[in-house]
This record gives sequence, C-alpha cells and structure tokens, in this order.
Amino acid sequence: MIEFHSVTKQFPDGTLAVDDFSLVLPSRKTTVFVGSSGCGKTTLLRMINRMIDPSSGSIEIDGIDIASGSAVALRRSIGYVMQNSGLLPHRRVIDNVATVPLLKGVNKADAHAQALELLDTVGLDRALAHRYPSQLSGGQQQRVGVARGLAVNPNILLMDEPFGAVDPIVRDDLQQELLRLQRDLDKTVVFVTHDIDEAFLLGDQVVILEKGAQIAQVGTPKEILANPASDFVATFIGADRGKRRLAVDSTIARSGDDVVLVDGAGYVAGVIDAPGGVLPGAGVGGTTNSRARSVSNKTDQAGDA
Amino acid sequence: MVWLWDNLDLVLGLTADHVRLSIIPIVVGFIVCIPFGWLANRYTAARTVLLTLGGVLFTIPSLALFVMLPAILGTRILDEANVVVALCIYAVAVMVRGAADAFASVSRDVISSSTAVGFSAVSRFWTVEFPLAGPVLLASLRVVSVSTVSLLSVGSLIGVQSLGYLFVNGYQRDFPEEIVIGIGFTVLVAVVFDTVLVLLGRLLMPWTRRAPRRRAVTAIAAEVTA
Ligand SMILES: Nc1ncnc2c1ncn2[C@@H]1O[C@H](COP(=O)(O)OP(=O)(O)O)[C@@H](O)[C@H]1O
Ligand SMILES: [Mg+2]
Repeated sequence: MIEFHSVTKQFPDGTLAVDDFSLVLPSRKTTVFVGSSGCGKTTLLRMINRMIDPSSGSIEIDGIDIASGSAVALRRSIGYVMQNSGLLPHRRVIDNVATVPLLKGVNKADAHAQALELLDTVGLDRALAHRYPSQLSGGQQQRVGVARGLAVNPNILLMDEPFGAVDPIVRDDLQQELLRLQRDLDKTVVFVTHDIDEAFLLGDQVVILEKGAQIAQVGTPKEILANPASDFVATFIGADRGKRRLAVDSTIARSGDDVVLVDGAGYVAGVIDAPGGVLPGAGVGGTTNSRARSVSNKTDQAGDA
Repeated sequence: MVWLWDNLDLVLGLTADHVRLSIIPIVVGFIVCIPFGWLANRYTAARTVLLTLGGVLFTIPSLALFVMLPAILGTRILDEANVVVALCIYAVAVMVRGAADAFASVSRDVISSSTAVGFSAVSRFWTVEFPLAGPVLLASLRVVSVSTVSLLSVGSLIGVQSLGYLFVNGYQRDFPEEIVIGIGFTVLVAVVFDTVLVLLGRLLMPWTRRAPRRRAVTAIAAEVTA
C-alpha cells in the first residue's frame, strides 16, 4: 500500500507541480494517474521512488516513511518503466534486463539466466537477448523495459506513459500483455498516462488529475463513467461530447444479425449482436426501425456487467 | 630516397621521440578533461569559466608558450618538458569543450532511468555517462591527437628533438628532400595515432558499430542483383 499524505512539490523555479496531494494506492491493484500533459503525473510518480523529494508532506509504503531509508536501496526495490524505455544503449538486451540484479551483486550467470526467463515472461524471443536496444523495434524495447522493471521481483512497479510512443496496434498488444502479467504477478502498479481509454482499460483505481495534481475524481472506471464528478471529468472522459454514448445507426446496411453502433460524433464505434433486429436487454419493444435508438455505453458499463 | 636510407637511424630516432613526446599530451588531455568537462556540463558557471579559459589558452601562439614556460616552470630553456607542458595545455583546452559536449550528448532519459533503477551517482557516472559520452569524446580526442602531433614539430625551433628537426635542418641546408621526409613521417605518425584511436573506439564501444549482419545481408543482396 502506498500512501500520499498532503504531499506538495514546488520546484526551485517556483512551479507548483503537486499541490497538497493525499491518496491511498491499494496493494496488488493498478492505480492509474491520468491527466493532461504538465498536470504533475510524472512528479507524483517520481516522488514514490525518491527521484524527486516532496517539498512538504510524506509518502509511506506499507506504513513506513520512504524518506527514512536510502534512496538508492528504495529505487532498487521498485520497478520503473518509462516512455522511451530508458534502456542503456551500450548494453545488450540481456544485460539491460539484468541491470539491477547485477547492481545488487547477484552473480552474472544467475542474473543472465533469470533475464532470459523474464524475456519469456514479457513475450520476447530469447534470440533478441544479445542485441543492442537500437536493434529492436519500439514495441520490443518497451517489453525489455518492462522485463527490466520486473527483474528484482519488486512489489511495486511504476510506469510512466510506457506505451505512449508506440503505434496503436503494438500499444493494444502491450496493454493486453500488461493485463495478463498483472493477473499472474499481482504487483502494486502505478501507471501514468494521458490517455483516458488506456486508464479505463488498465486501472482498478483511476485518478483523474487537474493542474497541480489536483484530484478531480478517484474511482473505478465504472464509477467514473457512471457518475462523472464534475464538468471537467465529463469533458475529460468524453461523456459530454457523446463519445461514450453509443447509438444504433440504421442508415448503415446490416449484415446478418449485427447492428452498427456509432458514437455521438457519428464515428463507427463497433457492432452489436442483435438477433432479429432486437438489441440485447432492449426489452420487447426495442426495434431498430427508428433511425437511431440511444444505447448508452455508460449505463451498460454501470448496470449490466 | 637515398638520403632516407643513409639517415634511417636519425629519422627513426626522431620518429620515436615524436611518438613519445606527443603521446603524453594526448593522454593528459584525455584524463584531465573528464572532471573539467563534467563540471562544465553540470554547472553553468563552471562552463563559462572553463570554456573561456580554454579558449584564451588556445589562442596563445605555441612558440610564445614554449619560450614563456621556462620562466613559469623554472625549467631550462631547452628542456623538452616545456614543449610537453605547452602541448598538454592545448590538449586540455580543446578537450574540455569536447568533453562538456560529450557529457551533454548523453540522453537525459537514459540518465534519469539509470537513476530510477538504482544506480548510485558514482556508478552511474562510470558505467553509464562516461561510456555513452565516449563517441563524442573520441571525436575530440582525434582532433587533439592530430594537432598535438603537428604542433610538436614547432618545438624543434627551440631545440627539442622531434621530426620537426628535419624541416628546420632541411630548410637551413636548402634541402627539400629532407623537408618532405619530415612532413611524410609526421603525417604517418598522425595517421597511425588516428587509426589506433579509431580501432580502440571500435573495441571499447562495440554498440556504436553498425549491425554487422545487416551490412552482410545488404552486400549479399547487392551481389545477387548484380
Ligand atoms: N525539474 C523541474 N523544474 C521545474 N519545473 C518542473 C520540473 N519538472 C517538472 N516541472 C513542471 O512541473 C509541472 C508538472 O510536470 P510533470 O510532473 O512532468 O507533468 P506530467 O508528467 O503530468 O506531464 C509542469 O508544469 C512542469 O513544467
Ligand atoms: Mg510526464
């Protein structure tokens, strides 16, 4: 469990990056900090492993103030994955993955054997072990970054927009991989993103932040979607633009029992199975004869699941 | 060429002196520039002071420096230490700027992620920042190597043994062949030094080499199409 107690960070130049932030991040769950660029997400994350020290307030991990021990030891016990992988360009993949165990004095043979296993864990071919990072694709580099983050088997994994710089298809892949890893490994993950869809996909607890790391809303994805706490949140999650509200578009030809759904802006959001033109859960009278019938994604998320 | 064979011992002896005397400033420049370059990269004030000082030192004409140094160091006029110290000063002056640029060339992301995974400041410097600054450091070291080898010849004007003796002597005797041989051997020394540095760079910084496999594949592809 990670607890922020009234944490404030003001940089020497006067920027108030984090203003009186308090929150509990439950163990073995994924907490996602989501907000626009510059709202203080990275600063929050880096205060957890003491790359940045708070100006005031305190942070506890499992009840112990992190300021009490050595910063280097703390960092070696916490996994960290960042956007541009941050891999060491002069070390081969296997040595990158083994970086922290080697720093901690694990012998090279053991560290390498474990690194190879970690490559399996993150879905990378062992044949890549002896390449340099520059010889890998962006997605592969991020996987190596995740493997390195897992190398000391940390309880806590910090991830700062780890999938922000890869293309959408690879990003989907990496997100699914992370969900799978999280099911198997059960870490306390703190994940930073500016992408609300990613936040809702990965987060058990989603924290929507405004400038100065002000909490706009905390909750499960369902809670936030069902009840945006403010106009800011509604705008941020796209509910006000009807992005989350789907409708049946009867102008598009149906194929079989599928009905096409469009969002508020008219973009095709997907298809839904509607045997005989009747939408699931739509009641007896539900037909697709009316030009567009409202089916709220919001209520779907909140109620039916 | 006959002159060369007749005087081979002299030429080789001078070449050996030239090599010996120019290695020292190159090594000293490399070692001394590292702390200074790091400081210059880390602190703006240090940067201003060090780079300005370096610039000023470098503008002092070499002959003037060779002649001034005995007064400052208390050495004898003909002492080869004068020339070596002067060349060390030039080497450091050039290398400090190069080293500052080299440390600045290391990706901020890599440095902060190294901190994040738990490198201490000292181990991060030696195992991350220093090797990654290597390619840019090597580039300025190559410049220093060539300029040291050529500047050393000037030392012959104040009587320090080096290949420069052949220019001075050839000029005094109005004997062009000796001058040409002097120039040829100086260039040879510079080229050998440069080659050694490049090879050392390849050996010590294998990650900067192109992926050999890819190059081989392209070569085969070229052959197939040809
Ligand atoms: N080292 C620093 N010095 C001064 N200001 C900083 C520093 N790091 C971040 N900031 C500022 O703090 C604010 C929050 O930054 P950051 O936590 O990086 O935001 P995010 O990760 O949400 O984009 C921004 O206004 C940023 O410019
Ligand atoms: Mg950030």
